[in-house]
Amino acid sequence: MVLECKHVWDYISGYLDGGLDPELLREVQKHLDHCEVCSAVLDSTRNILVLTADERTFTLPLGFSERLHERLERAFADGLQTET
Amino acid sequence: MLAAILAGDQQMFHELIRPYERTVYMVALGMLKDESEAEDASQEAFLKAYCALGKFRAESKFSTWLISIAINEARSRLRRKKTGRTESLDAGWDSADSGDDFISVSPALLTDWREIPSEALERSEVRGLLTTAVTELPPIYREIFVLRDVEELSVNEAAAVLGISVALVKVRLHRARLMLQKKLVPLLKGVTFLESAERTRRRRFLWF
Ligand SMILES: [Zn+2]
Repeated sequence: MVLECKHVWDYISGYLDGGLDPELLREVQKHLDHCEVCSAVLDSTRNILVLTADERTFTLPLGFSERLHERLERAFADGLQTET
Repeated sequence: MLAAILAGDQQMFHELIRPYERTVYMVALGMLKDESEAEDASQEAFLKAYCALGKFRAESKFSTWLISIAINEARSRLRRKKTGRTESLDAGWDSADSGDDFISVSPALLTDWREIPSEALERSEVRGLLTTAVTELPPIYREIFVLRDVEELSVNEAAAVLGISVALVKVRLHRARLMLQKKLVPLLKGVTFLESAERTRRRRFLWF
């Protein structure tokens, strides 16, 4: 089985999540080792995921937590109850 | 903890939800796009979760249950907004924005661009490019990307809260990632180029 570039792209996400079957993984790896285009696609996609996981990228608005707990307190004071 | 809250200890509810605040907000933001609406929807979701706490069953994960409530809250807000629109606007929004599971996505191909240098990742400008690109994804791709890659839910958990199959989660996630790659790589390339030009200039400045 010889994989073409556009087929390798279909496996980029599975490759990054470690979800490829051993045999497919070997083929994809073999292609990546020799193809600069596909390994650049892989690296850039991986970098985006690294950046996404960086806790400074997606952050709560300032004061979110304080406002949430204040609203809960107000609701409790107004008599909010758990349904039975 | 749950038993204590159900018995009337409201303070415990504050503690119970603390670990999930960010996830609930990100899920709401991913669906609603608007920060202040997402915050309001998050607060509503936590209030609803409190009221419905007696219905939570220990066999499911608390986080999954909570996220489902947040998704429902965001969905009902989207529906309300949609009915408020005119027919023609609505049709345009649907076809352009809802996404299609059968479209093919190909990545950006730039062989001269390999890695984002770590100093580029440190720049808040780069993080801004990413959050904007995520906001611009079609809704079905945005929600799966937020659940899996921002909030790091498992594939099974993401499938459960969205009410779709594991296979569909994988397909959509793959498309979402490639869409972001395609959009961001050319932009990030510009950023890193700017950066190295700046560094060269600084170096020259030091030399002369
Ligand atoms: Zn290739």
